[in-house]
Amino acid sequence: MSAVTINGGGTPVDAPARTQGYWTGVGRRLRRDKVALACALVLLAIVLAAVFAPFVAPDDPTKGSILKRLMPIGTPGHLLGTDELGRDMLSRLIFGGRLSLTMGISPVFFALMLGSLLGIVAGFVGGRANTAIMRTVDVFFAFPSVLLAVAISGALGAGIANAMLALTIVFVPPLARVAESVTTQVRSLDYVEAARASGAGGWTIIRVHILGNVLGPIFVYATSLVSVSMILAAGLSFLGLGTKPPDPEWGLMLNTLRTAIYTQPWVAALPGVMIFFVSISFNLLSDGLRSAMDVQR
Amino acid sequence: MSAVSLLQVRELVKRFPLKGGMFKRGGGVVHAVDGVSFVVEAGETLGIVGESGCGKSTTARLLMHLIAPDDGRVLVEGREVGPSRARNEGGSPGGLTLNELRRTMQMVFQDSFASLNPRLTIETSIAFGPRVHGTPEREASARAQDLLRKVGLDPARFAGRYPHELSGGQRQRVNIARALALEPKIVILDEAVSALDKSVEAQVLNLLLDLKADFGLTYIFISHDLNVVQYVSDRVMVMYLGKIVEIGPVGRIYADAAHPYTRALLSAMPTMDPAHRTEAPPLAGDPPNPIDPPSGCRFRTRCPFAEEVCAAREPLLTATEDGHRVACHMAHAGSGHSKAAALAAAA
Repeated sequence: MSAVTINGGGTPVDAPARTQGYWTGVGRRLRRDKVALACALVLLAIVLAAVFAPFVAPDDPTKGSILKRLMPIGTPGHLLGTDELGRDMLSRLIFGGRLSLTMGISPVFFALMLGSLLGIVAGFVGGRANTAIMRTVDVFFAFPSVLLAVAISGALGAGIANAMLALTIVFVPPLARVAESVTTQVRSLDYVEAARASGAGGWTIIRVHILGNVLGPIFVYATSLVSVSMILAAGLSFLGLGTKPPDPEWGLMLNTLRTAIYTQPWVAALPGVMIFFVSISFNLLSDGLRSAMDVQR
Repeated sequence: MSAVSLLQVRELVKRFPLKGGMFKRGGGVVHAVDGVSFVVEAGETLGIVGESGCGKSTTARLLMHLIAPDDGRVLVEGREVGPSRARNEGGSPGGLTLNELRRTMQMVFQDSFASLNPRLTIETSIAFGPRVHGTPEREASARAQDLLRKVGLDPARFAGRYPHELSGGQRQRVNIARALALEPKIVILDEAVSALDKSVEAQVLNLLLDLKADFGLTYIFISHDLNVVQYVSDRVMVMYLGKIVEIGPVGRIYADAAHPYTRALLSAMPTMDPAHRTEAPPLAGDPPNPIDPPSGCRFRTRCPFAEEVCAAREPLLTATEDGHRVACHMAHAGSGHSKAAALAAAA
């Protein structure tokens, strides 16, 4: 892997000796995509705010004041108003990002690991192993994802860990299915055959030839699931199966503020706005990623 | 000719069962390769020709052990792939491991793009085989660069490129380099030049001939292009519906083919000479269904000379003279075919 960059003063037709790596190209195409770039910046801002919440937030998110309940947006000292217990909305939204983002991203991450493993093995081995794995996965497909998440997390009992476990179980089947179909497609290509002909074992082929060509599409699909996961997590919290008050979490905040929908509709809608921004950003970013990863252009 | 041929193929059989769904069993069987036997000597080029679906590529994959045969044996230098005490020839050094086979025999595929991993630089692709066989990275990389030079691609310019940045001809050169990276004795070229432009095809063919001389290679050259096969081959094997119909030296096959199928194929060859223009289609109809091949001779349904004996008995691949074998009743004296009687009378 040590090509020397000598271009020998060739004709203009000569391409450079060392072309950029694949991921460099993806990064360059992604940076040229204005929408994806904007979404990435929005997400970055929200993530940073959540991580550094104690420094960013103007107030304590759990400290309420019975005198300042349901102040409108723009109240001095409370830029985004206050909730039904008089807690600062801006601070709660910033702190809420911690739980909401965790609940959105980590189930998808764990499901990505498990689902890819199942799908890639099923796709690569094929035959009976494929049938056994994929039919089992199909059983979970039979249930609507919301219902499945509610059922599992209800059965396990309320709590953040259980809600995340439930969401992970919900996301394994779709990821396994995507992984399986991409792997099956790649496995039948000649370069995998050529790798077998050169004597490589199954794991080497998966590592060198399958993973690199399969993880991209699976990853793109997973990013689009993050928004679904956030909304489902918010839904679980709304139903009282996820976060417990007074912890700030966007879904739970929507729930507790719903009584204020007639008195302070704008304040009550704020957590929903945050969920909307984050999930649409993830969706558009995954779209951009998908086209940036298309090598043939 | 050495005592043991480089490659011996005996009665190779591959059947593909038809999938009839979950509840239907035994839907039928395609006889892709049906009792194929031939020998390849070191240093020669054996051309394999035939229509699509005649079993050329299946034969190649069987030789490479990419798919398992249902029956038959493949012996490389008299040794069969299997455990060391497997059925080997006489006092030969025992069975051949699959890894040894991979090092002895390599393959170049038709689709130059699909046969290179789009995520790997071509140097990594070429070095992959040696790396798998335990060559240190530095050495494998040096060998890859050396091979790139040998196939006419400047390593300084091409080693770090990705397959989509290369033209079809360049990619096929990379595939050839990849096949040579394990220093094989036999290279199977499965339609390796068929997808290329004519001018590029000629360049790659000449490269193949140079490499053959340089490395002392033996080629099995599979193609449907009869002109190309004539150009590169020493011997030619003609397949029809999973069986060999004729095999012999290239001059003999192209000048004086004995099997009517071979003659029909050859008369379909495009020619530059307007006096020898192909006027009538040499063969009528499609090949018969390989799930249910005709009785006796498989070619009889399309053969202009078919007689009763052709339906009754299957013609065996029999030598007519040194090195030339034909599976046709007409070429075998005493077979009962009217033309064979004339042949016997003339002799």
